[in-house]
Amino acid sequence: MSNLSSLSYYIPELIMISAILLIIILDIIPSTKSYTFNLALASIVASSFFLCQNYGESHSLFMGMITLDPFSHYFKYIFLFATCSIILISRFDRQLDRKYASEYNALLLIVLLGLFLMSSSVNLLMIYISIELVSIPSYILAGMLKNDKESNEASLKYVIFGSLASGLMLFGLSILYGITGSTDISGISSALQIIEFPLTIYFPLILILAGFGYKISMVPFHFWTPDVYEGAPTPITAFLSVAPKAAGFAILIRIFYTMFTVGGISEGAVTLDGINWPALIAVASAITMTLGNLLAIQQKDVKRLLAYSSISHVGFMLMAFVFISPEAVRAIMLYLFIYLFMNLSAFYMAIFASNKLNAHVIDDWKGMGKINPILSAFMILSLLSLTGLPPTAGFVGKVYVFAELFKHQQFYWLAVVAILNSVVSLYYYFSIAKAMYLDEVDTPVEAVEAHPVIKWSIILFSAQNLLFFIYWEPLIEFIDNSIHLFGM
Amino acid sequence: MDSLQSYLTIAAMLFSMGIYGVVTRKNAIAILMGIELILNSANINFIAFNRFGGMQNLDGHVFSIFVIVLAAAEAAVALAIVINLFKNVGSVDVDDADLLKG
Repeated sequence: MSNLSSLSYYIPELIMISAILLIIILDIIPSTKSYTFNLALASIVASSFFLCQNYGESHSLFMGMITLDPFSHYFKYIFLFATCSIILISRFDRQLDRKYASEYNALLLIVLLGLFLMSSSVNLLMIYISIELVSIPSYILAGMLKNDKESNEASLKYVIFGSLASGLMLFGLSILYGITGSTDISGISSALQIIEFPLTIYFPLILILAGFGYKISMVPFHFWTPDVYEGAPTPITAFLSVAPKAAGFAILIRIFYTMFTVGGISEGAVTLDGINWPALIAVASAITMTLGNLLAIQQKDVKRLLAYSSISHVGFMLMAFVFISPEAVRAIMLYLFIYLFMNLSAFYMAIFASNKLNAHVIDDWKGMGKINPILSAFMILSLLSLTGLPPTAGFVGKVYVFAELFKHQQFYWLAVVAILNSVVSLYYYFSIAKAMYLDEVDTPVEAVEAHPVIKWSIILFSAQNLLFFIYWEPLIEFIDNSIHLFGM
Repeated sequence: MDSLQSYLTIAAMLFSMGIYGVVTRKNAIAILMGIELILNSANINFIAFNRFGGMQNLDGHVFSIFVIVLAAAEAAVALAIVINLFKNVGSVDVDDADLLKG
């Protein structure tokens, strides 16, 4: 579709772009500065409204640079929801500097725009630009606490690892362009079907995996995750742990299924002749979840523990990515959706603890069950879900991943590793629960109430874990309708 | 010197030097220089492939222009972060940024 006619399908993004520019202008004028928060939220609501308008359609926009398809739609809802919630929570977070509130909201909207492009780009150039559009504002957001040494350090580590990973990916993309002579992923796909020496693909494939692996924090590209998660402001940590990760999976699925398979996402698709990338992913998945879990055990800081737990969750999601079938993609998409709620509620609890009680390490959480009984009870629900125990949604997510593993009757060793890891994760999640309820506190505790917005966010998000355990069929139906990649 | 191989060799050398710089240097600015080398090696690849690969369009050239722009944006943000670190820690050495570990 030509550039001008594409614009009518591009309204959600256009709303965001105008909101970003308006926020930057309003920030300069002292009397309008306070409206930027409302404007940011309004733009998100408006763009989700326009996003719903063209649900179910598939178009190739801007001369084949990006596409509009149900698959990207699904991820865009996740991004909109996560960003909206984070902007709301950040307003009531005490750690962040009010002075930079408008810049903060504008940067979050820029990241949101980048995430939108990431989930829908089908051209190597667009892929690189969208990943950078997500990364560069994220570096600034991680260092938002300008006078905090930990925040500085987090952003420095983030920028070094991030630009190294994107540099590696870019070199891989350049080799891929040289081999195939095209920057369009379907063009690359058709060139790769008739390639003479499939072994040459391994080099760009691994380099590209470095770029995407850094976004989803897959081992061995995970080094930044714990440091950045610990040092960054907690709302940003919560955001980074869900939204860019979901976008990373969206782009990973789209690129790998389009370029490195024969038959795409349909039933009976196989990998390209001579390129066994599923085995690579299987090994990476096993190492990712094992390393994430083993390192989480010894953590004292709650944010750092949740960082390692998010790495191990990525391992679980990658386990489904080993198989090339629509059901595998469905398992990943379901897991991401459930992970969004359980992870956000756990991080919001960390925001409450650090804001009101100045509690950062697990030992500081002692007596939380008495300080705020309601939120503690819901936190237990989130922890159960993160572990993957019934009756929570985390269990449903894990069941779908394991079902995929047993259906294909391959990689049984991966199933053994995953089950052992689930047991290990029970230990460290429940060290938090133990501190909250069982550990003795020396000083008398008094009840502390959370801010209503934070309180209800935690309650609603944790309650989702029960809801989707009982009633997940509509979600599965919605995901099944969403597994339509453009051009397949 | 007018062949694809020589350009690819230079690109590969730049890439390796960039990786070496990132891995071995302790100074944050030097690390960023290493990253610039990696990005520019990719640029050389893109243009060489476009020039010698018999491509019909100018995709490679366009790609490298975008990469140059994005590299500048990234360098601006990275240097701002390094300056902020210097204000708070008093050093641009990455070994001095060691609060977060475990």
